[in-house]
Amino acid sequence: MMLSCKEVSVLLSRACDTRLTWREWLAVRLHLLYCAGCARLERQLAFLRSVGRRVREEAPGETRLPDPARERIRQQLRQEQKP
Amino acid sequence: MHDDSHAPSEPHSWLDRHGDALYRYALMRVREPAAAEDLVQETLLAALRTHSRFAGESSERTWLIAILKNKVIDHFRRYAHEATLPESEDPDALIDALFEKSSDHWLSFPNAWQNPDTALENSRFWQVFADCMQGLPARQAQAFALTELEGLDTDDLCKVLSVTSSNVWVLLHRARLRLRECLEQRWFDAGKENP
Repeated sequence: MMLSCKEVSVLLSRACDTRLTWREWLAVRLHLLYCAGCARLERQLAFLRSVGRRVREEAPGETRLPDPARERIRQQLRQEQKP
Repeated sequence: MHDDSHAPSEPHSWLDRHGDALYRYALMRVREPAAAEDLVQETLLAALRTHSRFAGESSERTWLIAILKNKVIDHFRRYAHEATLPESEDPDALIDALFEKSSDHWLSFPNAWQNPDTALENSRFWQVFADCMQGLPARQAQAFALTELEGLDTDDLCKVLSVTSSNVWVLLHRARLRLRECLEQRWFDAGKENP
């Protein structure tokens, strides 16, 4: 089974989410032996995975909650805390 | 920055201590500032109501993020019921443009990425990543956020988005290739000229 790069990209993506059949897996491995582009894609999909893992429990970056929203939320919390 | 104390602080300090982090977390996923602000508010109100049940087993930040995570998933569930056709039914011109029409091979190979792991430690990278998420079509962004950022498996994702598993795989394939393109252009290739 000869796969195109597009088909390989579909299977590499699906392999992130589920198990491929052994036929699919073998066809992908064979393609990766001679296709540098798809081999890079495989590594980059793994990188996207580590990006996702990193932001599961934390929120890196510098974006801040806008002040008007902060003030609105502060008011709401105050009201809620009133007995 | 990260809060590791196990004793919960006074509720009135939560907004100052965790508001920005909760907002960034929500914004990366739902992408609309107004929706992200609402989720932060709902999270803090819910936290206030269940405050007495916070057992101190995790840090305060982790506890709040766990509440927010459920609110984000609920948000997507509501949105899925309001939305019309999944985008996976339409062709995605940007994805088709990556491949040669006749052979379906790459028109140009993905580039090699230098030092991807150090990018994770760079706050500018996270801004670029958030911008790339912002550029995805809505359903692709939801599918990617729920799978890679929330860790849902395909079955759960189908339920939340009300689509079939083959729809989900189409959405995820497109989302990943678009993010790959965007990160390459905006971060990895850009870094070659300005190290």
